[in-house]
Amino acid sequence: MNLISLFITGMLTENVILSKFLGLCPFLGSSNKEKTALYMGSSVTIVVTLSSILTYLIYHYILVPTNTTYLRTLMFILIIAFLVQLVELILKRFLPNIHKSLGIYLPLITTNCAVLGITLLNINNSFTFCEMLVYSIASSLGFTLVIYIFATIRERLEKCKVPKYFKGIPIALITAFIMSLLFGRYIPS
Amino acid sequence: MKTIVNGIIKENPTFVLLLGLCPALAVTTKVENAYLMGLCVLIVLLISSLIVSIIKKLIPESVKLPVYILIIGTIVTVLEIILKNYIPVLHQILGIYLPLIVVNCIVLGRIISVSSKEKIGYSLKDALGIGLGFTLAITVIALFREVLGTGLITLMDATSSITGYRAIYQIIPSNNLLPISILTTPAGAFLILGLLIPLFNYIKDKGGKKSELN
Repeated sequence: MNLISLFITGMLTENVILSKFLGLCPFLGSSNKEKTALYMGSSVTIVVTLSSILTYLIYHYILVPTNTTYLRTLMFILIIAFLVQLVELILKRFLPNIHKSLGIYLPLITTNCAVLGITLLNINNSFTFCEMLVYSIASSLGFTLVIYIFATIRERLEKCKVPKYFKGIPIALITAFIMSLLFGRYIPS
Repeated sequence: MKTIVNGIIKENPTFVLLLGLCPALAVTTKVENAYLMGLCVLIVLLISSLIVSIIKKLIPESVKLPVYILIIGTIVTVLEIILKNYIPVLHQILGIYLPLIVVNCIVLGRIISVSSKEKIGYSLKDALGIGLGFTLAITVIALFREVLGTGLITLMDATSSITGYRAIYQIIPSNNLLPISILTTPAGAFLILGLLIPLFNYIKDKGGKKSELN
């Protein structure tokens, strides 16, 4: 039961984008096409899940026993960069079609705050292994869900008449405001 | 001087370049958190652009990005240790957004586009301008969010253990309309930024036209 509520919290009510502001760059920058959003979301899901597991194990079995937890940030960013390269190589070797379509998005993930953010949150919230797994899968699925919905909204927005200064990012931020209200249940019922 | 002003107004990282929006939205619930976060980014930006512009010729083209990330990561780690030991309250407030400076687009973007190409003096000036622009921008966002959202303004609270002062003022008396508590929630951050970006660009364009006429 606890894990189910953690899943819902991570995916919807405390969505990484809409309530923690992680991964805003791909959210605002590259998400005006449905297909792009789905590719981006799925590559983030793969990398987040793998790197969460790896960073969790390394943190608890190497950094904590050797009393070097201050190296956390450096270690995590290295692990993420390494994993992104690894996933890219594996996809290129075994699934060249998928690699072609994910191609440009994969390298960008290294500097995506969502990945480093979620791995750090796993440690900060002192999750157990199961909770960590559920939380990271839930939040990366939440990320995918939100950038997909947002991409479909923005495709329509492009055809609308928007005041000159609100074009592009500002109107997108106001759309995000409404989405954030809905996802975070701020509207009193 | 021109480079510094350029970073604050013409190329303001938050309002014009739209980089590094994660911390701009996340830590702006209080004015104090905002300007301290801005200072942290400014320090990291200054030191990393100094180091990169000194050793830029030693870094091979193929490993440029990993080396930059490692340099930034090291500086952020040192900053984290210092804050944890001297201002633990602040370390707790900034939470994961402090280590996230490593992947902040402003720092990495400026290093790739400026420090790795220009001379030391120029890249330092540019870093100072961009850092100040970021600090001012997120302080303005926090000002709107805190004053309208809670009616208070927190200038010094977490750092009071060091400075010995505590400065929290009530600006607006609460009535039926204010405070608008939705502004302190994450949703409010999106709204305020979405309204401030057009406002900033409108004022900038107006000012630009005037100076052209003169």
